Amino acid sequence: MTTPTFQDTVFALKKYWSDRGCIIQEPYDVEVGAGTMAPETFLRVLGPDPYRVAYVQPSRRPADGRYGENPNRLYKHQQLQVILKPSPADVIDQYLGSLKAIGIDLAKHDIKFEEDNWEAPTLGAWGIGWQVMLDGLEITQFTYFQQCGGFDLDLVPAELTYGLERLCAFLQNVDSVYDIQWTSFTKYGQVRFEEERQFSKYNFELADVQMLWQLFDLHERECQRLLATTDVVLPAYDQVLKCSHIFNLLDSRGAISVTERVGVIARVRKLALGVAKAWIAQTNPPEAAATNESATTAPHPPVKPGPPADPTAPLGEVVA
Amino acid sequence: MSLPFLLEIGTEEIPDWMIVPALNQLQDMFQALLDQHSVRGKLKSADATPRRLVLKAYGLIERQPDTEDLVPGPPKSAGPNAAAGFAKKLGSTPDQLIVQTTPKGEYYFLTKRTHGQATAAILARELPNLILKIQWPKTMYWNGKGSERFIRPIRWLVALLDNSVIPFEIGGVHSGDTTAGHRLLGKSSILVTHGDFDEQLRTNGVLLSSEKRREKIETEIAGLLAGKALRVKPDPDLLHTLTYITEFPTPILGGFDSQYLELPSEVLITVMRHHQKYFSVEDSKGSLAPYFIAVMNTNADPDGLVRHGNERVLRARFNDARFFWQQDQKKKLEARLPDLKNVTFQAKVGSYFEKTQRMVHLVAELGGSKNAQRAALLSKTDLTTDMVKEFTDLQGIVGGLYAKAQGEPEPVWRAIYDHYKPPSMEGDIPSTADGRLLSLADKWDTLRSCFDVGLIPSGSRDPFALRRAAQGVVRIVVEGQVKFDFPGMGEDLSEFMRDRIEYYFRDVRNFAYDVARACMAAGWQDLLDLESRLKRVQAVRTTPDFEPIAASFKRIKNILRQANYTDGAAFREDLLEPGPEKDLHAEINRSAGQPLESRIGPLRPKVDLFFDKVLVNAPDPTVRRNRLALLHSLLQEFSTIADFSEIVSENKE
Repeated sequence: MTTPTFQDTVFALKKYWSDRGCIIQEPYDVEVGAGTMAPETFLRVLGPDPYRVAYVQPSRRPADGRYGENPNRLYKHQQLQVILKPSPADVIDQYLGSLKAIGIDLAKHDIKFEEDNWEAPTLGAWGIGWQVMLDGLEITQFTYFQQCGGFDLDLVPAELTYGLERLCAFLQNVDSVYDIQWTSFTKYGQVRFEEERQFSKYNFELADVQMLWQLFDLHERECQRLLATTDVVLPAYDQVLKCSHIFNLLDSRGAISVTERVGVIARVRKLALGVAKAWIAQTNPPEAAATNESATTAPHPPVKPGPPADPTAPLGEVVA
Repeated sequence: MSLPFLLEIGTEEIPDWMIVPALNQLQDMFQALLDQHSVRGKLKSADATPRRLVLKAYGLIERQPDTEDLVPGPPKSAGPNAAAGFAKKLGSTPDQLIVQTTPKGEYYFLTKRTHGQATAAILARELPNLILKIQWPKTMYWNGKGSERFIRPIRWLVALLDNSVIPFEIGGVHSGDTTAGHRLLGKSSILVTHGDFDEQLRTNGVLLSSEKRREKIETEIAGLLAGKALRVKPDPDLLHTLTYITEFPTPILGGFDSQYLELPSEVLITVMRHHQKYFSVEDSKGSLAPYFIAVMNTNADPDGLVRHGNERVLRARFNDARFFWQQDQKKKLEARLPDLKNVTFQAKVGSYFEKTQRMVHLVAELGGSKNAQRAALLSKTDLTTDMVKEFTDLQGIVGGLYAKAQGEPEPVWRAIYDHYKPPSMEGDIPSTADGRLLSLADKWDTLRSCFDVGLIPSGSRDPFALRRAAQGVVRIVVEGQVKFDFPGMGEDLSEFMRDRIEYYFRDVRNFAYDVARACMAAGWQDLLDLESRLKRVQAVRTTPDFEPIAASFKRIKNILRQANYTDGAAFREDLLEPGPEKDLHAEINRSAGQPLESRIGPLRPKVDLFFDKVLVNAPDPTVRRNRLALLHSLLQEFSTIADFSEIVSENKE
């Protein structure tokens, strides 16, 4: 078997999950930090309706940019996100099957499931799970969602997030993501290098901080207005995503002090919780009486100690 | 009949560090269950892998013994109708009643027989609760809101009493006689019996015994390194982790380019250990060698792909570390000082910049050298480096290494390098005097400033690890022989420190608790003095005269308290009665200034005789007051060493 290209791998994973009842969605077209933030995950995991979906989500983390100079770190990487709601009892076997489907002969490799619980404070979301290690490389984040938007979830979804760049670098045995064959005649670097270089420059050096603060305020107000006076939830959620991305930009510009940080995260979180509440009320009226207020004030579940949580970085960096 | 029992809880991968505590709880609860229901049976073994908790027991009986209770009824005098009513209520007939004489007269009694329940029924009823009662640090639900919680989803259950399945259900999973093997090496459905359980698991790629897994790792590592002039860097914690993260561990040897050895070994080891769970390898001189040992959760690496993959990941991580090192050198530590204004130490306390300023002052106040003060100034600047942001465990160490690379004198960089030591009750304190002073100042400042804003640990809540900081203070002062008088200590902190000091001397240094209490009652703010008093009192504690003297001191204290004695009335030698009273006084004077050890022996008979022959509570108030003054002075003589009334007699009547 010839080595699969980047897009071969994407096709194979989409086909595999399509065969298991997933809707194959396209990426969400607003900037997000992770596949979890796309409404196909954030909103669909709420409520009592089963749902299965898979999609590639380009995920932007401005602070992770390296001007295209680091072989493993990217400003924007691609996640293949799978949501199985509710999680089937054989979910791990299904997951292992997906690795076989992209050409990994498990008999010749070492797979470990290492504890790694996930939390996204800005989304009021957390879950229990593992990082899946293949020959010492983290290739997937596997999470049983417990709470989202401050709500205990009716059905527990399994979220599988494949880091496509590191997975493909592994499959193709290259040391730099830029050397990944996107197709048999085009390398990842040819497609994406310039984007990494230019956006790193913008994110770290050029973005107008004052304008970003204004934009943050504007999007926040728009979200609040929509939630308070209208019944449209999805446009309101877009405003949350805008705020979150602007927050990340401000962060990469070094414009947010540590003390401010907590406050800004709280502002985004408040919007996200409001959206989740409105969504549940709309899609599942009997639950409307329920409220996530308690969840917002309840103490956080304990999480592993570490650096301050990046609100949009639930799923680890690209490689290593 | 004596029956064997087997329980296996099959789960998805449980975090390694939670497995042993959970297994301990499970086995304790299970033995208690057997005992409580009188079904006999003893636990034979308890073992676990990341995917299963297994208990084996033997000697259970098939059913509980029948029991007979004698139930008292009405008095005989109440008559046959009352007796018949009583019998009927218990589902019996009057002819089953007997009459027995009790202290209160003659009464009807009925023998009530209860059939023992079948052990299988008891287990089927109790096991689900027992399993779900295991306490985990963090649990999840997986069957929808409000469903049962466990550490990870339960996927199968084996419960066998003799050859029968004990039927029960948890979250839709029914117990049975079928287990699952290793995810990749075994079958997913395997019929088992008591006799072949371990062997079936073994042939399906699971070593159930953690001891065997540990041994396999150790033996095979030795095999990998045999004849290579290399040795593994011992790491018991990592070995434990790997034992409980695998069902079938197999170590492999990998290597890395020796050019990375230019990086400090501390950084390389941290990358290997914390990020990749690899053992480091040393050459015969103890220097880091360009190899590592990874432990797979499978049986072989036939094509070398696993080794290759691990080497690739490590290379990427080392490249990152080298990049951080080079980047960080572009800005010297001193130039990073202003950046600390943006690093919060604690929201209510302020930034690390402010903390650094306080530490510099404190080091100076404690008599620290210019070097120690310089080290304090630079000590926290590494928090702004990429290296520490990536490898937080290396804070301090990275600062020390950077200071060294930037030409700071050895006393300065070493002090920075060491200033997070000691890491816990174990582990070394800083190796140099400057380092000890810096570490002490850092911890004391943390304690003082947190207590100042009301961040006081309570119960198990200690988010800022203040107990550990306090323990560090005590260890550095005592074990490093540092002069320290707890400057600027408020009341709450004083109480807190007192507890930690008592804990240290009692539980870490193993001084008897009453000795610790007695000596601390005589003052504890000079820890070096306290330690020397403790040693002396502990030494005389075993001499025959000590406890009687201590008992006498307790008596003296009581007498003074009952008499509401207040210091003041001048002692008059001329009021002393010849005999025991005068003798006691003479002995006190004679031995004044001598060490405790030589005073107790001669003093004891004089004290005993005094209490035997002399009436303290003399009718003449002047004499009485004088005698109280004599006793008081005796108490005072020793009060600078210890409060002996705290000593608890070992041979109490």
